[in-house]
Amino acid sequence: MNTVEVGRPMVDQAPRGLGFFAYLACFRGIVWREVLRFLHQRERFFSALVRPLVWLFIFAAGFRQVLGVSIIPPYQTYVLYETFITPGLIAMILLFNAMQSSLSMVYDRETGAMRTLLVSPFPRSFLLLSKLIGSVAVALLQAYAFLAVCYFWEIEPPFIGYFTVAPAIILAGLMLGAMALFISSVIRQLENFAGVMNFVIFPMFFASSALYPLWRIRESSPLLYEICKVNPFTYAVELIRFALYGQVGPRLSDGSLDLTNLYVVIGYTVFFLGAAVYAYNPSKGLIARRGGPGAKAS
Amino acid sequence: MSIASTSSETPSPDALVVSNVSHSFGDKRVLDNVSLTVPRGAFSVLLGLNGAGKSTLFALVTRLYDNVTGEIRILGRDVRRTPGAALQRLGVVFQSRTLDSDLSLQQNLLYHAALHGLGRREAKTRAQESLEIVGLSDRAHEKVRNLSGGQARRVEIARSLLHRPGCLLLDEPTVGLDIGSRESVIQIVRELVSRQGLGVLWATHLIDEIAPDDRVIVLHKGQVLFTGHVPELLKAAGTTNARDAFRVLTGTQSEEDAA
Repeated sequence: MNTVEVGRPMVDQAPRGLGFFAYLACFRGIVWREVLRFLHQRERFFSALVRPLVWLFIFAAGFRQVLGVSIIPPYQTYVLYETFITPGLIAMILLFNAMQSSLSMVYDRETGAMRTLLVSPFPRSFLLLSKLIGSVAVALLQAYAFLAVCYFWEIEPPFIGYFTVAPAIILAGLMLGAMALFISSVIRQLENFAGVMNFVIFPMFFASSALYPLWRIRESSPLLYEICKVNPFTYAVELIRFALYGQVGPRLSDGSLDLTNLYVVIGYTVFFLGAAVYAYNPSKGLIARRGGPGAKAS
Repeated sequence: MSIASTSSETPSPDALVVSNVSHSFGDKRVLDNVSLTVPRGAFSVLLGLNGAGKSTLFALVTRLYDNVTGEIRILGRDVRRTPGAALQRLGVVFQSRTLDSDLSLQQNLLYHAALHGLGRREAKTRAQESLEIVGLSDRAHEKVRNLSGGQARRVEIARSLLHRPGCLLLDEPTVGLDIGSRESVIQIVRELVSRQGLGVLWATHLIDEIAPDDRVIVLHKGQVLFTGHVPELLKAAGTTNARDAFRVLTGTQSEEDAA
């Protein structure tokens, strides 16, 4: 195969410093790749949509007779069970997406795509954050596609809710994404998706307020109630639930806003992000100690 | 040794200098006081069997994790102290396939250009240039999925050149390629060395990839056993060909790994 000679030599041009626009280009490139990859994988889009819809169409329809939900904020009337679990299902989309992208990181780590990312000259924390935001962008697309289908299933939150839910989805997505990122750096066994389902997704999803209100859980099991209260997923669900009705949080008895959900989600995001950056740090990190990406599991 | 001219930095440092680097995983010492130099404009072969420590060395040079001891410099920039400046000057082709098969060649290249902070328009120009170097410019909009193994490898080489590095690392780049593809990959990289003055470190366990005037670094069980040009290698080992020389130096009998 003949190669074509290019006029000027490529070496001996001192690279430019990495200024603001370089960071911007890098960030945009990473997010763009995540979205592009997602759009090219139709099966992934399809299954991301079908999963919550199965819960909505089948599970919720069947359960609606069993479980009555009383009037609790943010709902002002009795709502159908389908309406109640919609925020939980949006959070489930975020959780699945986060775990999938963290799995792809583990997979990347073996195949080397992760290494391609990490030889970029930008700070590693910036690269990981960009990657995280890219995966949240994908989750946002999935969530809106789901909400669109819900609309035709007569789950119609107020119009304003479609806008106010976006920041909640982004924030919750960041939290779950950062968590997944951390998990991906620590646990090798995650390569098996069944393991992720059993040990991460199911426990988080069921021990939360996604399927039933917390006061109901307290009635049946105080212990489970306590578990739900420390589960970050619960706060993600509640944040989305209120945001879907144009609210930041419930009103307390004295009329002030209860911002617990918001604060807890932000707190968990910062914590998991810090842990993930630490784990991927080349000198302190957990990768170095274990033999690193590409090292054969022993 | 030809040194590329008109460097904008004051001295003209070697493309890659590794000095006194050791690395262990737990109790296992993978690299033992490794020192090596890749001059500019030189094709240097890092020769070692599987498990010799080549991959660990690559992980350290690409700063997957930090070297605890010793020093690694890419065109004079310390990888641990100034990782950004060092990585800006380094191009890497990893052993495993790292292209997105669902995306087009150009999309893959643009992603990588972005990772180096290149703006969109410049990235497109450079992507085209790089693809020309590897002879695939007419397929920029095809999906990577449609490429053969050798072609994908060439795209990875094109990708590693986008940010115009002075030092190029290739980790067993010809593994799994047929003879024709292997030759074209080797030829492309050799031309980069002679025409553009890149310093290349080519890790392999395939002795027949060594040309008579290459620099050879023999890495065995984490130690550098030899550094120098092929004639010196033959002289040091007292043999007439590189294969025998490698066997004498490493004391390995079996030919299957070093075939």
